[in-house]
Amino acid sequence: MEVRLIENGTVIDHIPPAALFKIITIMGLDRDTEHRMTIGTNLESGRMGSKAIIKITDRYCAAHEIDRIALFAPEARVNTIRDFAVVEKRRVEVPARIEGFVKCANPMCVTNHQPVQTAFEVVAEDGGPAGKVALRCRYCEKITRDFGAKPDTY
Amino acid sequence: MDKRSLISITDLSKEELLRLLELAAWFENNPGQRLLEGRVVATLFFEPSTRTRLSFESAINRLGARVIGFSDAANTSVSKGETLHDTISVITNYCDLIVMRHSLEGAARYASEVARVPVVNAGDGANQHPSQTLLDLYSIQKTQGRLDGLRIMMVGDLKYGRTVHSLLEALSHFDTEFVFVSPPELRMPDEHKRRLDEKGLKYTELAELEGNMDEMDVVYMTRIQKERFNDPMEYERVKNAYVLRREMLRGTRDTMKILHPLPRVGEIATDVDTDPHAYYFQQTRNGVWARMAIICYLLGVKK
Ligand SMILES: [Zn+2]
Repeated sequence: MEVRLIENGTVIDHIPPAALFKIITIMGLDRDTEHRMTIGTNLESGRMGSKAIIKITDRYCAAHEIDRIALFAPEARVNTIRDFAVVEKRRVEVPARIEGFVKCANPMCVTNHQPVQTAFEVVAEDGGPAGKVALRCRYCEKITRDFGAKPDTY
Repeated sequence: MDKRSLISITDLSKEELLRLLELAAWFENNPGQRLLEGRVVATLFFEPSTRTRLSFESAINRLGARVIGFSDAANTSVSKGETLHDTISVITNYCDLIVMRHSLEGAARYASEVARVPVVNAGDGANQHPSQTLLDLYSIQKTQGRLDGLRIMMVGDLKYGRTVHSLLEALSHFDTEFVFVSPPELRMPDEHKRRLDEKGLKYTELAELEGNMDEMDVVYMTRIQKERFNDPMEYERVKNAYVLRREMLRGTRDTMKILHPLPRVGEIATDVDTDPHAYYFQQTRNGVWARMAIICYLLGVKK
């Protein structure tokens, strides 16, 4: 697939295809009727085998969005484009902590019963695929794996 | 002074644990210390637990402080739908320290973020109950005269039992050898065994209790709960396989002690109660000293 250059905006590259729709949710692109965007998936990639890519015009990633993208696609690159040139090429970094956004998997956790914002410590996943992370709840201390992305409610 | 709460046993360093044990021993030898005269401690039992509440209230009374609170949330604003945030925000203004028990996991950690005063977690669902762990550790130290170089057997539900997980965490600061005895479906979870591996501590897993206690210094018994089994027949079979009876104690060390967080539901036969190895009732008395130590330590009355 040929993807045309964009003048101003963001290119998120090196997304594992399996994580694409989670990133679309994180960024709210599924509800975005304003910005012009191109989304490609199952594209050939020397390094990853196959990858997905998102190009959005006139839309830039906030720091908290980059943190969240990193949870699902730790190898992704977020490139900022101005006047057709890449002005910032940024590897995402898995954050040490994540607040809000992810729901604790423990049904008995206080965050699932009281109006408490969730907070997690990001821990390495033992025995899981490389780069995959797990989250330890600050409150109930349980591990949440296979977390989904949910639109920001806080 | 910085406010300090006790929510999880992992909030304490090894040095702090040892200091709390020292304080507990001091209170046992000097029980009539009215160090908290004029103070108020709130005991908020959103979930009832008479035993734990009375132990805390005994500790608070011995220290000369007054107790306010509730033993059941049923007749409070909580039952009218007040959030935990609001309940704690109000009560924190009435007292110098909060002891709380709640059925939701993480409730005590959250309360400690809301409260102005220190919070002691007296149980948050299946998560943590650090004063139980401290009294267990104190009981082990008191009966064995040390914490290093002990062989400790844990018996029963090792998968879901929060008391054994917290005790394991606390004991992993010391040179302990563990023996885990449980049915296969209730084995010690891997994450805990991995922590022992990282610390270079030895452990063995067994399916049988009988005949395996001879080399032990402590046998820590726990309940096997019916809710853990899908098949009631399986529960009946398993339950009976982990009952400690007096005749099984022949050949064990004279100094070996049997501990149990109580209440028991038949996993220790009553004929064990009068055996010199039985320690589970004395163990509850140690809870008062451990709780006096925790409260004074958090309030900075004893450092
Ligand atoms: Zn949680």
